[in-house]
Amino acid sequence: MTALCLVETEDGALTDASARALTLARDLDDSLGAIVFTDGIVSSLAAELAQYGATSLYVVPGIDGYAPQAWARALAELSQHVGASAVVAAGTEHGNEVLAHLGAITGLPMAANCVAVKPASDGPLTVTRQRWAGLLLEDAELDAPVALLTVATDAVAPVPAAAPAELQATEATQVSQAVSAADLVVRAHESATGGGGQSLSSARVVVGGGRGVGSAEAFAPLEELASLLGGVVGVSRVVTSEGWRPHTMQVGQTGTKITPDLYLACGISGAIQHFAGCAGAKHIIAINTDPSAPMMTRADYAVVGDLHEVVPALIEALRTRGT
Amino acid sequence: MLVDILVCVKRVPTVGGVITLTADRRAIDTKASGFTISPHEECAVEEAVRLVERFGGSVTVVSLGPVAAEEQLRACLALGANAAVLIEESDGLEVGPIATAAALAAVASPFDLVLLGNEASDTGDYQVGIRLAHLLGRPVATGIKSLSPASDGSALSASRTYRGVLETFTLPLPCVVTVKEGINLPRYPSLPGRLRAKRAPVTRLPVMPGVTGDFQMIGLRMPDAPKKQATVLGHGAAAVPALVAVLEELGVTP
Repeated sequence: MTALCLVETEDGALTDASARALTLARDLDDSLGAIVFTDGIVSSLAAELAQYGATSLYVVPGIDGYAPQAWARALAELSQHVGASAVVAAGTEHGNEVLAHLGAITGLPMAANCVAVKPASDGPLTVTRQRWAGLLLEDAELDAPVALLTVATDAVAPVPAAAPAELQATEATQVSQAVSAADLVVRAHESATGGGGQSLSSARVVVGGGRGVGSAEAFAPLEELASLLGGVVGVSRVVTSEGWRPHTMQVGQTGTKITPDLYLACGISGAIQHFAGCAGAKHIIAINTDPSAPMMTRADYAVVGDLHEVVPALIEALRTRGT
Repeated sequence: MLVDILVCVKRVPTVGGVITLTADRRAIDTKASGFTISPHEECAVEEAVRLVERFGGSVTVVSLGPVAAEEQLRACLALGANAAVLIEESDGLEVGPIATAAALAAVASPFDLVLLGNEASDTGDYQVGIRLAHLLGRPVATGIKSLSPASDGSALSASRTYRGVLETFTLPLPCVVTVKEGINLPRYPSLPGRLRAKRAPVTRLPVMPGVTGDFQMIGLRMPDAPKKQATVLGHGAAAVPALVAVLEELGVTP
């Protein structure tokens, strides 16, 4: 038997979220099939997938662009064709959406944002999944002929397999023929946002700003620091409520979940809804006037002080160091 | 263009500084907390009220929950919803996403547009809106941050940003849309709105029994305790050399 994993790509490469999904999926069954929707070239992707333990790659051509119900229909068809025991996707907007459609099409339960799965030789799987965006964990029994799950984007570390798998790539043309016109009614028309630059969810460094920043204008030094460190600025909920920065920059339960190497949180006290968004950061440094703020006690490193003093001094030090 | 809109909301605990579980570990201890609806759902209500203010029609809010969820329905009425329906949950058992979608489908068919939050803040199942759309046989888009009429009012244009790309979907009405915080800035309830909401009737319906197929909760637990005590690098600008050293160690310096 085999598990299937829906794989997302960015510029032809495997996304971090999909690498995490593959890491969890490969332990579910004897073999692991990856499925990707593209008309493009996938030779480098095949090598990446093999590293993460995929033994098959099914390339579904002919579904131009993102159409969640059509992708789910093709997944249902392929899953039946290969006799899959599980279908897994990343817990991203696309992954959760496609797997929910797959659940609705098949009538099977779907467990979103799993962090661990205990395979059983017979009987139900035990899954551990995030609730409250990861502030709570739920252990649950998933009793279904095909287990449908998505993998949390900020909890399971992406780890290549001990040895790369021998990967067989197939063009799964017959799968796209299962897609009907009704499945294609809702499809994304894609356009650039004009924002440019790297996205908050995949940035290696995020400089966070909260209430302590004080105004829309006062974000300029944080933006300068972020660009010096090769990162982007993220904000807490109060910043978007005040209208200082748009909601697209919000880190937290109702915003974006981030997984940077470094989260430098400036003037953020650290409500638990904010922690839900930044718990996936490898390292957290907090700058705050209040040493007892939750963000200061939960960070790896803390600087007690006014960000309006510390951030410019840090920028200055980094610039001097560079010359 | 008149639209009759149904907005689905869920009563959830107001989570503050610390989450505590009940003794049986099957729920959050709410002895010391209040209840609310998720920010996504507050935005769904606001979006519905704005659409009806512009184009006419009506807003009905529905909640599957305990009798106490009337509190949340009345809060939505105070914001401008015209009618409220409570689908009464029996004996406080948590209802999974498959059964929730089935319960909502039983009331949703007369409406042109069904709005939900992208996900409930407590269970985070990310699927009720999609399952509901399949039961109704209607198109659906999720995680929407901008919504406007298209094609002479026979469709909606719905968009969101995913990994830096703007995705726009055209949805023929009737349809289902789940929205995210940021689509609008919800208003505060007016005093007349609150007074009206206090007196407004809430229709009660029994939950449809016997829908099964959801995964079954064994129990809840807290994630691993937060990491060790933070290392204090210093105070004010004097901490900058230590801070730079840490950044160097992490390999993120320019």
